[in-house]
Amino acid sequence: MEINRIKQLNEQADLIRKMSIECIANFGSGHIGGTSSIIETLTCLYYECANIDPTQPNWADRDRIVLSKGHAAVGLYSTLAAKGYFHKSELLTLNQNGTNLPSHCDMLKVTGVDFTAGSLGQGISAAVGMAIAAKMDRKKYRVYTIVGDGESQEGQVWEAVMLAGSRKLNNLTVFVDNNGMQIDGMCDDICKVAPFEPKYKAFGFKVITVDGHDVEAICNAIEESKKSKKPTAIILNTIKGKGVKCCEGTPASHSVAFTEELFKAENTGGVLNI
Amino acid sequence: MSELHKKEMRAVYTDNLIKYGKKNKNIVVLEADLMNCHGTKKFRDAYPTRFINCGIAEANMIGVAAGLASCGKIPFAASFSPFATRRCYDQIAVSVGYTKMNVKIVGTDPGILAQNNGGTHMSLEDVALMCQVPEMVVVEPVDTVSFDKLFPQILACDKPMYIRLQRKTTAPIFEDDAKIDLFKANVVRKGTDITIVASSIMVHRALTTARSLAEFGIDAEVISVHTYKPLDTDTIFRSVKKTGAVISCENHHLIGGMGQMIATALMENDIRVPFGMIGISDRYGEVGNEKYLADIMGLTEQDIYDKAEEIYKKK
Repeated sequence: MEINRIKQLNEQADLIRKMSIECIANFGSGHIGGTSSIIETLTCLYYECANIDPTQPNWADRDRIVLSKGHAAVGLYSTLAAKGYFHKSELLTLNQNGTNLPSHCDMLKVTGVDFTAGSLGQGISAAVGMAIAAKMDRKKYRVYTIVGDGESQEGQVWEAVMLAGSRKLNNLTVFVDNNGMQIDGMCDDICKVAPFEPKYKAFGFKVITVDGHDVEAICNAIEESKKSKKPTAIILNTIKGKGVKCCEGTPASHSVAFTEELFKAENTGGVLNI
Repeated sequence: MSELHKKEMRAVYTDNLIKYGKKNKNIVVLEADLMNCHGTKKFRDAYPTRFINCGIAEANMIGVAAGLASCGKIPFAASFSPFATRRCYDQIAVSVGYTKMNVKIVGTDPGILAQNNGGTHMSLEDVALMCQVPEMVVVEPVDTVSFDKLFPQILACDKPMYIRLQRKTTAPIFEDDAKIDLFKANVVRKGTDITIVASSIMVHRALTTARSLAEFGIDAEVISVHTYKPLDTDTIFRSVKKTGAVISCENHHLIGGMGQMIATALMENDIRVPFGMIGISDRYGEVGNEKYLADIMGLTEQDIYDKAEEIYKKK
C-alpha cells in the first residue's frame, strides 16, 4: 500500500475517533472503549476495501457491514457521517430523547446501518444469513461483521461460526475485536474465550491475525480474505479505548462519563463544532 | 369431505412451500435438525439451494433467517414450538421483531400435542410469548383445509409471523368451500344461548360439545379463531352481544392466552357478560397421549360442557 494512502487512512481514522469522542462527550457518557478499538477497521472497510456507495445506502449489491458488537455504534455512526450517509451534525443527537441515533446501532433508524445489534451474539448470525443470501442469488457482494472478544462468550457466536464454516461461506469475513477486556475486567479472568485462532481454524475458517490499529495490515488482511475459499476470521489485536487519553487500555473505558475537564483534555479540536 | 383432511398438516406445509416456492424464488426454508419431522425434505429435494439445515442451533437459525430477510428473502424457520419460541425468544424479539424482518417462525406440536416428548417439549406459553413481540402476527390454523387457504395469505403478509402448527392429521373443521381470511375468525356453528370461542385442537372439541349442549336445550355458537394477534374481536363481540355469555377454549396456558385477551377486550368495550375459560392452569406439561393429557389438564369435551353450563346458568 502506498505510504500516502496509509497516511490518509490514518488521518481519516484519527478524525473518526475524534468525532466519536465528541459525540459521546456531547451526550455525557457512552461506549468509547469498544468504539475506539475498531475505528481503524471501520475506516479500512468504508474508505478502502468494502464495495459501498453512500449515495445508495440500500443498493442491493452493496457489501454488508454488520456491527455485531452493537454498543460500538458511535464508531459506526461517526464513520457513516464522515462518509456522507448523513450529516455529521446529527451525531450531536446521540441518545437524546426521540433521537434517530440510539446507543446501539439500529437499521430502521440510521441510514447505512445494515443490521440492528445490541443484544450480543446476534449480528453475526444475521451476517451469516446475508452471506447465504448472496450465495443463493449468485451475487458478488461480501459480508463483513465485527464481533467483540467479550461478545464471543455468547454461545450463539459459535453456532453462527459453525454454520459459516460448514457452508464454506467464503464471502464472509468475521473481525474479532480482541481487546482482551469486557465490562467487569479482563476476558481471561472472567470467562476465557481466547485463543481465537485455533477455534476459528477448527470451524473451517482461514485465520489472519493483525495489529487492529495498523491500517495497512487490516487492508491487506481484508484483501486476502476476498481471495479465500473459506470464510475468514481476522483477529484484531487491539487496545480498548485506543487514543482516548482518559481511559486507554483499561476495562473502565467500556463506558465513560466525560466531565468537561476530561473532554477538554482529549483535545479533539471541535470536529463536530462543539 | 375434503381430500385435504386425509393429509397431515406438515404435508400441507411442505406442499405449499413447494407450490409457491416454484413461482416465488425468495421462499427459503430453514430447519434445526427437524426436517424429517416436518417433511420439508421434499422442499430440500425440489430446491436444494433454498433449504438451510442450521443444525441443532435454534438461536442462530432465527438470526440467519433475519439476515436472509434483510436481503429480501422470505424465510420459514421451523422447530418444535418450545424451541422455535422460548428457546430463542431474545433473538426473535431483537433480530426479527425489533427489526421488523419478514420472517415466518413455525412452531410445531404445540401445547399438549407434544404428547410423549413430555414437559421439556411442551410449549404451553408460546402464544403468550409471541403475542408480546410488537407487531408480530400470531396464527394457528385449526385444520389442514384452513391452513391450505391461509398459506398464500401468510405469504402475502410481510410482517414477522409466528405460525403455530399441529403437525399430523387434524380433526376436520372446514370444507373446501369455506371462506378463510387470515384476519377474521369464523363462526363454525350458529347458536343463540352462549358463545364458545375456540382455537387449535379445541375447535373440534367445542363443536362436539355444542351438539351435546343442544340436547339439553343450550344452543351454543362456536367461533373458530386462527389468528390470535391481531384478534378478530368484531366477530367475537357480535356473537357475544347476541348470546350474552361466552367461554374460551385453548390448548395453552390460561395466563397470557386467548381467553385473557378476549376477557380484556370485552371489559374494555363495556361488554359485561358471564365469562369462563378452558385452558391449562399454571403448570408444566408431562408425558402422555393427547387423550390423557386433555383429561388431566382439563381440555376435554366434558370440561367444556361443564364450563358452558355453569356460565350459561349465570345469565
